[in-house]
Amino acid sequence: MSKIQRGVSLYSYQEEMFLGQMTVEDAIAHAVSLGARGIELLPEQNMPAFPNIDDVEIARWQDMLARHGACFTCYDMFLDTKLRKGELLSDDEQVASIRRDLALCNRLGIKNMRVLVFVRPDILERCVPYAEELDVHMGVEVHAPWHLEHAWILRTIEVADRLNTRHLGILPDMGIFMKHYPPAFRARFERQGARPEITQFIVDQHEEKVMAEYTIYEVAVKRGGNKAEIAMAETLRHAPYANPKRLKDYAPYFRHIQAKFYEMNEDCTDPAIAYDEVIPELVKCGWEGTLSSEYEGNRWIQDAMEVDSREQVRRQHVMFDRLIAQAEAALGAEKEPA
Amino acid sequence: MMFDKYLIEAGSVRNTGPAEAPTGFAFEAKLGYYRGLTLSMVEKLDVAIDGNLLPREAVRFDEGRGPLTLDEMETAYDRRWAFGAKATILVEHPGGFPAGEHELSLTEQLRISYLPFPAVNSDTKRVKLAEAADAAA
Repeated sequence: MSKIQRGVSLYSYQEEMFLGQMTVEDAIAHAVSLGARGIELLPEQNMPAFPNIDDVEIARWQDMLARHGACFTCYDMFLDTKLRKGELLSDDEQVASIRRDLALCNRLGIKNMRVLVFVRPDILERCVPYAEELDVHMGVEVHAPWHLEHAWILRTIEVADRLNTRHLGILPDMGIFMKHYPPAFRARFERQGARPEITQFIVDQHEEKVMAEYTIYEVAVKRGGNKAEIAMAETLRHAPYANPKRLKDYAPYFRHIQAKFYEMNEDCTDPAIAYDEVIPELVKCGWEGTLSSEYEGNRWIQDAMEVDSREQVRRQHVMFDRLIAQAEAALGAEKEPA
Repeated sequence: MMFDKYLIEAGSVRNTGPAEAPTGFAFEAKLGYYRGLTLSMVEKLDVAIDGNLLPREAVRFDEGRGPLTLDEMETAYDRRWAFGAKATILVEHPGGFPAGEHELSLTEQLRISYLPFPAVNSDTKRVKLAEAADAAA
């Protein structure tokens, strides 16, 4: 039996919550209805009083989770290094801001904190003693265009190894496994005036994994691309397909996954992100943690159609169930003596 | 590019000041971002009518704790514009919002620490004064 848990980030329902069509409680209830009991929280999105959260507010959240049979899995922190115009926060101020989040994370009873990828590894090193004391794992978000073996990410791994700590590591965002160019992206650029022959060229280049700069130059200069076409070509800079086979090497460093997706097909397959390759790797290496849905398709379709985040998240969980079961069956068959 | 089309609350435009001689207008708006933000990181709130940009000095912002000029917002480190929350944008504009339907634009420029460049969100809507909305002003 796999140790992979299914969960949902409240980020997934941002369209409906922004428009006041869903409350956080509606979102939690929906996640639980899919069997996804783990809730990833963005305090700066979901707690209007942030950062002044009193015990009454915390009790209200705990009651709400208990009522629905849900639990928190992860706390998404932010760091406003540019709080003041014209100067960055000092190192001490950055550490203090992260300590504030670690403390709130601990008060909420959450063991994982998503750290924005731009936070400096040496700043995180200074935060490790607090993370250990509060028992919170700081996971640096491995977000496209970074990937598992990007040198910036390896700096965090190096710090974690050197300190021999279990409280600093990474937190992969599955956008790094973009095997195919998302049809939702292409469709929106076409609505903005990109010509189908150019968008097909860009999709083909991505499919062949041609390095982005070649395609951008070809579209922008050689083919005289219009604004929408150039913008589409530039998205290739943020569309890496990292090797899913490397997941097992880094599994000890992460306990939570942001299961990014842009769009699910009606048959509950993902047209872009290689979950069919990622999940077998996670099952094979016995990874224990939460696959936390992060639907980010709203911004690509809201100009043309109603966003239905619930349906998108539902389809992703049908896919998770199927892929986890298939991977377990395959692994079981492998282990059976011939 | 995230919530652009939802920034301006349609139907919220009303005149401010005396009904017979309005000194400006106001409308409700949301922050085009997936989380709340401390006000000091809102760099610009550009308001335009029919494509004509109104002066920065004419714009005030109020999330509920009292109006601030955009310059005052730059040091408002203890106030936040919450996710999905409506704030009031007040604009000094003698005579108020022009009669009939006009294009109202709002462009928000935000200083997002993890982005190498400012985030810019923009919404343009054809709006007119809400019926009798200024009666209470």
